This record gives sequence, C-alpha cells and structure tokens, in this order.
Amino acid sequence: MPEVREPRFKLGETAWCPGCGDFGILESLRAALDELELEPHRVLVVGGIGQAAKTPQYINANGFCGLHGRALPPAVAAKMVNPALTVIVNTGDGDSYGEGGNHFLHTIRRNVDIAHFVHDNQIYGLTKGQASPTTATGQVTHVQPSGSPSLPMNPLMLALAMGAGFVARGFSGDRDLLTHLMIEAIRFRGYALVDILQPCLSFNKINTFAWYKKRVYRLDETHDPSDLSGALSKAQEWGERIPLGILYRREKPLWSDHLPHLAGVPLVDRQPDPAVLQALLDDLT
Amino acid sequence: MDYNLLLGGAAGQGMETLTVQLEAVLKRVGFHVHTTHDYMSRIRGGHNFSQIRFGDLPLWAPSSDLTGVLALNPETVLIHQSRVCPGGFVLVDEGLGLTGPDLLALPLARMAKGLGEPQAIGSVALGVMLRLFGIGWEPLEAILNGLQGKKDLRSPNVEAVRAGFGLVEPRYDPPSPAGEALHMLNGSHAVALGALAADMRFYAAYPMTPSTAVMTYLAEHMVETGVVVEQAEDEIAAINMAIGASFAGVRAMTGTSGGGFCLMVEALGLSGILEVPLVVLNVQRPGPATGLPTRTEQADLRFAIHAGQGEFPRMVIALRDVADAYRQTQRAFDLADRYQIPVILLSDQYLADTRRTVPILPLRITRGPRFISDASGLEPFSYRRYVITEDGISPRIIPGQVPDQIQCVDSDEHDEWGHIVESSVQRVAMADKRSRKLAGIRGELEEPLFLGDPEAETLLLAWGSLAGPMREAVSLLVDQGLPVGALIFGDLWPLPTGELEKRLPRALHRIHVEQNGTGQLASLIREVTGVSMTGSVLKYDGRQLTPVEIVAGVRKAVTSHA
Ligand SMILES: Cc1ncc(C[n+]2csc(CCOP(=O)(O)OP(=O)(O)O)c2C)c(N)n1
Ligand code: SF4
Ligand SMILES: [Mg+2]
Repeated sequence: MPEVREPRFKLGETAWCPGCGDFGILESLRAALDELELEPHRVLVVGGIGQAAKTPQYINANGFCGLHGRALPPAVAAKMVNPALTVIVNTGDGDSYGEGGNHFLHTIRRNVDIAHFVHDNQIYGLTKGQASPTTATGQVTHVQPSGSPSLPMNPLMLALAMGAGFVARGFSGDRDLLTHLMIEAIRFRGYALVDILQPCLSFNKINTFAWYKKRVYRLDETHDPSDLSGALSKAQEWGERIPLGILYRREKPLWSDHLPHLAGVPLVDRQPDPAVLQALLDDLT
Repeated sequence: MDYNLLLGGAAGQGMETLTVQLEAVLKRVGFHVHTTHDYMSRIRGGHNFSQIRFGDLPLWAPSSDLTGVLALNPETVLIHQSRVCPGGFVLVDEGLGLTGPDLLALPLARMAKGLGEPQAIGSVALGVMLRLFGIGWEPLEAILNGLQGKKDLRSPNVEAVRAGFGLVEPRYDPPSPAGEALHMLNGSHAVALGALAADMRFYAAYPMTPSTAVMTYLAEHMVETGVVVEQAEDEIAAINMAIGASFAGVRAMTGTSGGGFCLMVEALGLSGILEVPLVVLNVQRPGPATGLPTRTEQADLRFAIHAGQGEFPRMVIALRDVADAYRQTQRAFDLADRYQIPVILLSDQYLADTRRTVPILPLRITRGPRFISDASGLEPFSYRRYVITEDGISPRIIPGQVPDQIQCVDSDEHDEWGHIVESSVQRVAMADKRSRKLAGIRGELEEPLFLGDPEAETLLLAWGSLAGPMREAVSLLVDQGLPVGALIFGDLWPLPTGELEKRLPRALHRIHVEQNGTGQLASLIREVTGVSMTGSVLKYDGRQLTPVEIVAGVRKAVTSHA
C-alpha cells in the first residue's frame, strides 16, 4: 500500500529533461482544453510509450497510456463506442510513424473524429537517441554511426496522400500558433493530424531549438488550406524554410457516417434487446 | 440408429450449398444432425468434402464409416469408396462413366437439363438421397417450400428434387425423429451468439481461417444488434481496439487463430496490467506459422496459458461443443468483467466449422457483475482507478460518465492513481493486488466434465472440442467391456484440481487424449498435480480424432501399460 495517499487526483510528475520541447506542447494542450472549455472528465488523452507518450500523465483529463506504437487503435475504439469523449492522441514520432506506422495509415482511412498530436523530435528520446522515421539521412546516432542510411519519412505528405482531412504542422517554440492548431484540430470533424516540431535537447543535436527557429515561418492568408495541391507543395517544403500552420482542411464523411446503426444512443449507453437475440436464436431452428 | 453421408467434389462445384440444403432438410424432418467440413485452402479445384451424420440420438462426432457418398467428381469416388459400409452406395452422375460395386450411376445432369435448370444437378441428387432414406414426399415438399426465401440458404429447386425422388426406391429405414425442438449451428455461430447474449458491443478482428466466421456472423447482424464490427488493419490493432473499447465502457472482444494470436500477445499483457476486461478467442489450427490453414489442432494450450511477458492473472477456457461455446463465451465476459482480466477462449477448426443440432439454446442476457462504480460519495477528482483492495478488484468508472472524476491507466507500473511509479514498494503492492484476484478466480473454476464409469481403473483425460468424440468413444469402450471414465476440461487455467485429486490416485491407467503431438494437457496436469500419464492418444495430422480412433488408441495404451 502506498505510504502517503493523496486525497485528490494529482498530475504525475513530469519525467522530461528541463527545456524539452514537450513542455511547450503540454502547455499548449492545456491552453487548448481551457479555451475549448472541455470538462476534464469528458476528455481522453491517449499515448503509446515514449517521452511524448507520457503526456496523458500530466494533463487534467482521463489518460490512457498503452503500448509503444499502439496509441491510435484504442483511441479510435474509445471514440467509436463512447462518442461523447473528446479523444486526443499525444505521442511520439517513433510511436506514430515507426512502430505504429500501419495504424497511422489505417487510422487516416478510418476517419474517426480524433485529434493526433505527434511530438516529432526526429529521434527516439526514451531509448536514448536512435534514429526515428523522421531523422534526416546522414544524421549520426549511436546506432547509426555512419549516419542514418534511410530517407526520412514525410508524415504530412503521407497523410495528405492517404486522404487525411486535417493536416497541420506546429512547433513547440511557437505556443500561440500551436494552441490555435490544437483547438482547430480538436474542433475538426474527423481525423486531424498535427505534426509538432519538438527539440530534444538530450539526443538530437541537429534539430535544435535554434535550428527550427531559424527555419520556421507561419503560413499566411495566401495559403488556401482547401487546396490539396497547394498543401502538397507546402508539405514538401523542408530545409531552409519550414511552414507552420494548417496545410490542409477539408471535411469528409466520418467512419460513423457510413454506419447509421451507430447513430443515436451511444453504444456505451445501450441496453440489450432480448427480442433481437431471440430472433437470432429462432433463426437456428 | 444413424447414417453417415459424404458429399465430395472440387471447390466451386456447389458443395457447400448442397450440404447446407441437405442438413436443413434432415433437421426439419426431425433428425439429429452433425456435419463436418473438410476443405482445402483454395477457392477453386482441389478436393473438398463434408460429412453429414444424422440419426435419432444426439450425434457428437464424425464417423469414418460411410452409408453413402455423393461424388461430384471421380476423385471423390477414388478417395472415399473404401470407407463405404456393406449395403452402402456411391451416387454419381452417369456422365462420369464410372462403374463399380456400390456405384449408383444416375442421370442427374440429364434430369436437371430436362427441367431447363442444368445448375440444379445438386437438387436432383438431394432428391435421390432423401428418397433412399425413406422420407415421404409430402413432408419433404412442405419442408422444401418452407426453405424457399430463407436468406442464409439458396433454396433447392423443388422440381429437381422431385425428379431425383423419382429415380430410386427407398433402401434404408429412416431413423425416428428426435421429438424435441432443436437448434442447429456451428461453433463459430455459438461463440458469436454467446457474445451477443453477453451484451458485447465491440468486435474487432483481422480475417484468419478458421476464426473468420465469427466476425462474418456478427457483421451480418450488426445492424439489428447495435454492435461495432471492425475489420482492423492487423491483429495488433484488433486487440488494442478491443482494449480501448472496453476501457471506454462497453464489453469488447477480438478473435483470431494462432498466427494472429501471436501478434496479440503484447496487448494481452496490456489488458492484464491496465486491468481492462477483455475476451480473446483463439480458434486453433495446426501450426507453426501458417501450418495447415483449414484444418484442426489443439496445440495452443501452453501458448495461451503463457502468452505475454511478466506475470498477470488470466483465464483460459476451452470450448467443448456448440452449446458449451454459447454458454462459455457468455461466461467469459462475466469473468473478464468481474476480475478485470483477459479471458482466452480456445476453440479449433473442428468445433468452429462443425454444425450440429442441440436442444434449444436458452435466451439469457447477462451484463454480469461489472464492478462499475458511479463513484458516488467521492470528493471531486478523488477517484483512484487502482485503489488497493483486499480482493484485488478496484471498481471501474466509465470515462466521461461521472462528472469531476477522471482516471489514468498505464501500461507502465503505476500507483493507485494510474501514474507511473518505479518504487519497489508500489510495484509490489500493485503486483500483489493484481495477483490477489486469482483467489477469486479460483473460486469460479468449473471442474471438468466427468463421463463414463466412476469405478473404472482407466481414466481418460481430454480437453476442449474432443468432448464430443470422447462421449462416443467412452460409450463404445464401455459397450466393448472396457470400463473407462473420462475427464473433459473446459476451464484450463487456472487448472481446476478437485476432480483430478479425487480420481487420479485411483486410476491405474491414466491416458490423455489430445489433438496435438506433445501432450500439452498431460504436461499441465503433471506440473500442477505431480502425476504423470501412463499412456497417450495423440493426433496432429490436422484431421479430427474420431471415436473409433480414440477407442483403438486407448486399447493400445491400456495393453502396452499393463
Ligand atoms: C514493443 C516495444 N518496442 C520497443 C520499445 C522501446 N521503446 C520505448 S519508447 C521507444 C521510442 C520512443 O520514440 P518516440 O516514439 O519518438 O518518443 P520520444 O521518446 O522521442 O518522445 C522505444 C523504441 C517498447 N517500449 N516497446
Ligand atoms: S530525451 Fe529529449 S524528448 Fe525526451 S524529455 Fe529529454 S529532451 Fe525531451
Ligand atoms: Mg521521438
């Protein structure tokens, strides 16, 4: 039995390095939930495993920290059966694009109404600095001493190509914009991806705060987020200039729009109907 | 009295339809029916067959002795003719040009063509067979008319059946009708119905033979039952979805076969440490890896018991027959909910695909004791998901449904609030809390079914779907003057030991009968009780053990041990 029993839900103590970009993301998430005036019990924040994936521990809402790479499946399922919940996934780039890459593809296809915030530090933080799917080719790590030999993945291009309805990029160092992107993503009806550039002080010495700061710029009104080809070209911008903001936004039918039998009373509140089961049994005669 | 028919042909020849039609008619006449399927892992060609046993008493197993064969291709004749009993028949179309002792070559195709329905050759054959077994036209016509428009079955062509009926005279005495109302279903449908009766609201799976029929059945009925049936991108997603749905407040399940179960293993432990109730169905087929996709085996028992790193309480229940599958699936949800654990159901291809008649299944909907709390009386934000309790069970709340109460669940070791901890005190407290649930689980265990002679010095031990074949084997052995008793396990983990402790010490011959090569039940019993078996009957060629094979194997085991 724990020695001291706290009388009230106390947020977990953060296990992040001082100065980590995760703090900025957490602050923006708190600000977004405040601004949306969502009651804590109606919010579910889901993570996998990793440094970023600890976010559910630190937020005043329901939290689900599952397995590495497996944040999306439980998140969509929770939303399917309990749609009154606002479901948000906060997890890492390795979790979302590496171990969980297959779920990423198919969660986009499914288009369940959840928001997916990827803390993209372009590195595996928790396991101490191996290449992630978004690590640049040639970047040296302990496990890639000759430099990462693979191409980095472009999650925004991939999401757009897969048909995602909301695709945005944020930066942990631009908190106002990030809060705004989170609010819009949560409000968006459908799957919404925000890939968030996040400096990892300890293990990514290339993509530092200064590195990002020098390159990022906010998309302005000249960018039309309803235009897919414009979004695709913005998604390819990387290197000297990196755009931040909503690259693409267009609503599409939800998974549940195709399943009218799930409309009305949420599954979590339904009661079994003996007549229906009896009819199935009668059919066996 | 019972008869045994084999319908064989190449994939794509309409065998499946014909089998369903014939068993539907036989059941409606009032007979007990037992149908097994033997099909290859291909869509066209190959050699597929089904065997339909029918009679006046409940039938529990396939039999290798055939009364008759309907051969839609020459290969069927070649392969199965030797199993036809004296006085039996091999029905073929005269166009195949075959001759032989039991051969009944009739103008099936010509009759069908004459009716302008060349596709109705199966219906003609149906008429021939029903007539051979002395079924009268009048009741038959009524049954056939009743089948018209039934949505799960392409109805036979009545005219073609009548044409076939006219080709032969009755040869066999019909069994007398069972005289009670019967349901007919296979093990897959029984599991699906059990889940629905347990108020399951979420089923996610990835197609894998022989488990897919559960998903198909649920999908067919998802609209009227109000269930999510989601085809996941892989089995890892399927089980993690089921866990998410269960966490969010509904009863949830996933199903697969061994290969998919391999992929689910990490999440099995997730259910264990999150203490999220979960039902996982593993419909076994021979492995390893892809193995024999369409055939049967019981070789995942040890795997199911040990799957997953670390230690956490779970239950493993093997399904014994169709009615048992219905009841146990429902019970699995109650147990998963009550103890907030994963419950693994072990079925296999034989049980999943075998259709048989059973006494009417009772309608009893349970939502079980769910240990769901409304957190009443708690100060705001003071609900602890993992509050330490004496029985290890911490009341759950449904996220979103209790204002000002939130919860955190974590696959890392955690404290009462669900927050990550690494202190040894808290680790041990949480691990102990979880394992205390085992005491309650042990109290729920069902002892194995006992069959046969309680005084016999030969004790047979088997599990799961061998229950059916064992029933017939035990009565055959007793009839032959070799008294035996048999224990058939359903609950396997934790292993119930009451019957074992009572019967093992008295048994001179202890023979385990298993559909695997290494004797997994025997090793489990030895592990838990310290008692070894004296003989074994094992089969692992992918084909179901029949009662006759069991009898022969038991006799050999007894003789070689004596
Ligand atoms: C199945 C499995 N494989 C590997 C690990 C080890 N592991 C934990 S976190 C992680 C990568 C974390 O990287 P990312 O998702 O980018 O999160 P970050 O720590 O960078 O925030 C790995 C490989 C694990 N927990 N589970
Ligand atoms: S390792 Fe990197 S990502 Fe993890 S907390 Fe430290 S700085 Fe942040
Ligand atoms: Mg990372």
